[in-house]
Amino acid sequence: MEAVVFFVAAAGVLAGALGVVLFRHPVYAALSLVGSMLAIAVLFLQQDADLVAIVQIVVYASAITVLFLFVIMLLGVDRSEARDTGHLFQRAAAVVLGVAVLVGIVGIVGNKWVAGTPASSAPLDDPRGGNVRAVAEVLFTDYIWAFEVVSVMLVIGVVGSVVLARRSRQIAAARQREEVSV
Amino acid sequence: MRFLFSAGDPLFDEAFDFMSMMTVVVLLKVVVAFVVLLVSVMLYIWGMRKWIADMQNRVGPANAGPAGVLQTLADGIKLFFKEQSIPDSADRPIFRLAPYLSILPAFLMFCVVPIGGEVEILGRKTYLQVAELPIGAMFILACSGIAVYGVMLAGWSSGSKYPLLGAVRASAQVLSYEAAFGLGMLAVLMRAGTLSTREIVNQQQWVGMESLVRDWFLLPAFLGFAIFILAAIAETNHPPFDFVEAEQELVGGFVTEYTGIRFAIFFLAEFMNIITMSAVATTLFLGGPSGPAIWPDRFGAGGWVNGTVVPVLWFVAKVLLLTFCTVWIRASLPRLRYDQLMALGWKWLIELAVLFVLYVIVDEVAQAEGWNRAIAIPLALVGGIAAYGVLYLCMPKRGETVEEFR
Repeated sequence: MEAVVFFVAAAGVLAGALGVVLFRHPVYAALSLVGSMLAIAVLFLQQDADLVAIVQIVVYASAITVLFLFVIMLLGVDRSEARDTGHLFQRAAAVVLGVAVLVGIVGIVGNKWVAGTPASSAPLDDPRGGNVRAVAEVLFTDYIWAFEVVSVMLVIGVVGSVVLARRSRQIAAARQREEVSV
Repeated sequence: MRFLFSAGDPLFDEAFDFMSMMTVVVLLKVVVAFVVLLVSVMLYIWGMRKWIADMQNRVGPANAGPAGVLQTLADGIKLFFKEQSIPDSADRPIFRLAPYLSILPAFLMFCVVPIGGEVEILGRKTYLQVAELPIGAMFILACSGIAVYGVMLAGWSSGSKYPLLGAVRASAQVLSYEAAFGLGMLAVLMRAGTLSTREIVNQQQWVGMESLVRDWFLLPAFLGFAIFILAAIAETNHPPFDFVEAEQELVGGFVTEYTGIRFAIFFLAEFMNIITMSAVATTLFLGGPSGPAIWPDRFGAGGWVNGTVVPVLWFVAKVLLLTFCTVWIRASLPRLRYDQLMALGWKWLIELAVLFVLYVIVDEVAQAEGWNRAIAIPLALVGGIAAYGVLYLCMPKRGETVEEFR
C-alpha cells in the first residue's frame, strides 16, 4: 500500500515538474506547479509528516502559487513569450546552479544508499498531541533562535515591500503634481 | 500512513485491509456526505428565496412542488439541458476545469466536520464524520486557500475583460480575508490546544446549562467568532461582500461567460460553501453536535436516540441557525464599497484578531500557571495597546510623506 502511494505520488511530482519546465504558457506552468506541490504533500503524508504536508498545501500550493497566478494575470500574459529574453549571464548562472543542485541531490541520495537507511526514521511524534506538538516543542526550545531570526526576516520583508510599494506611488504622485504645476 | 489509517477513528483500530468492509464504510460515508450536502444546498437555496421573499413581502417560489420546494431542482434540470457556449478567446481546458475546482474545496472542507458521535455501520464502529484528521483545523485552512483557484482561473480563462477584473478583485478579497479567517480560528485552537476537529468538539461536550457559557467556545473566544463569521462571509463571496458578481460594475464578474451546467456548478459551490462554513463555525464555536438530551427515557430506546440521533439534530439546528443568519444579512445589508471591504479586512479585522489571540494566550497561560487573571489580563491589554500606540505613532500621517520622498 505504501509503495503504491509512493509511486503514484512520485509520478505526480515528476509530471508536475516537467509541466512547469515544458509548458510554454505561464498559467499552465503555474498550475503544474500546484499539481507538483499537492503530490509532494501526499509524499509527506506517506512519511507520517501530517503537519509538514498540510503546511505544504497552505503555503506553497495555495498562497505562493496563487500569488504567481495573480501576478501573471495582473501583468497580462502574452501567449507566445519571446524565448531569448534571458541574459547570457543568467543562463550561465542557471546552468551552474542547476549542476550544483544536482550534485547535492546525488550526494545526499548516494550517501543514504551506501550507508543504508538513517537511524532515526521514526516519525517525530508526541503521545500527547502527535506531530504538531512534537514539532512545536522542538521549534520553541532547540531551534528558538533560528525561528525568531526567520520571523524577524519575514517582518523585514513585509515592511520593505510596503515601503517600496508606497514610495513608488508617492514618487509618481509627486511627479504628476510637478507636471501639473509646470 | 498513520495519518489516513489510524487517526482517532475507531474504524481503523484494526490494521487497514483494502479488501474488507472498511473500504465499503469509507466509500459509503463519502457518498452519503456528498448527497446530503447536495440536498441541503437545494433546500438552502429554496429556504433562502422563501426567507428573503418573506422579508420583502413577496411569496417567493411557489409552483414547483409543495411551497415551491422543488424550485431549485427544476432550475438545475433546466440549466443542465441548456446549450453551453465557450467564447472563442477562452482558454478551453481551464475554462472547463474551473467550475470543478471551485466545488471541490467546499466538499473537502465538510469532510472533517464531525456531525455526530460514534455509530455502527455494517458491523463496524466509526465516527459520523467522513475523515477524522489529527490536523483537521489546518485542513480547513488549506481548503479555503485552494478555493481561490476556481474563481481566479474561471475569470482568467474566459478571455474577456469583465470576468478578468472580477476574478482579480475576488482573489484579492479572498486572499485578504484568509488572514483574518485563520486568526479568528486560532483563538479557538489556542483555547482547545488541539487541531483535531473531533477533539475540539469533545471539549465542548454538554454537561448542563453552564456548558453554554463555559465549555462552548462561543464566549471564551467571542471576538474570534465574530471575526471568523465576517471573514467566512467574505471568503465565500456572500453579500454584503459579493464583489465577485457586482452586476452594476462588472456585468457578472467571473461567471459572465459561463452558461448552462457550468454556471450552475459555480452557484452550487457558492451555496455549498455557506453551508460548509456554517458547519465549520458550528464545530469550532457552537459545540458541533453537543446539546442536551431531549428524548425522555420513558419512550424507550432513549440511549440510542439520545446518543445517535439527537446530536445530529442539534448539529443540523445550529447549522440552520447560522445559515439563516447569512440569509438575514443578505436580505438586510447593502453591498459595501470595495475600498471599505479592504479597509475592514486589513485595518480592523486582522489587528483585532491578533490582539484577541494575544489576549487568549495570556488568559490560557495565566490559568495554566495559576496567575491572578484579574491582574494578568489588564496588564497584558495595557501592554498590547501600548505596543499598538507605538506602531501608530511611527506610521506616517495622511499627506505627510509625499514631501519626504521628492
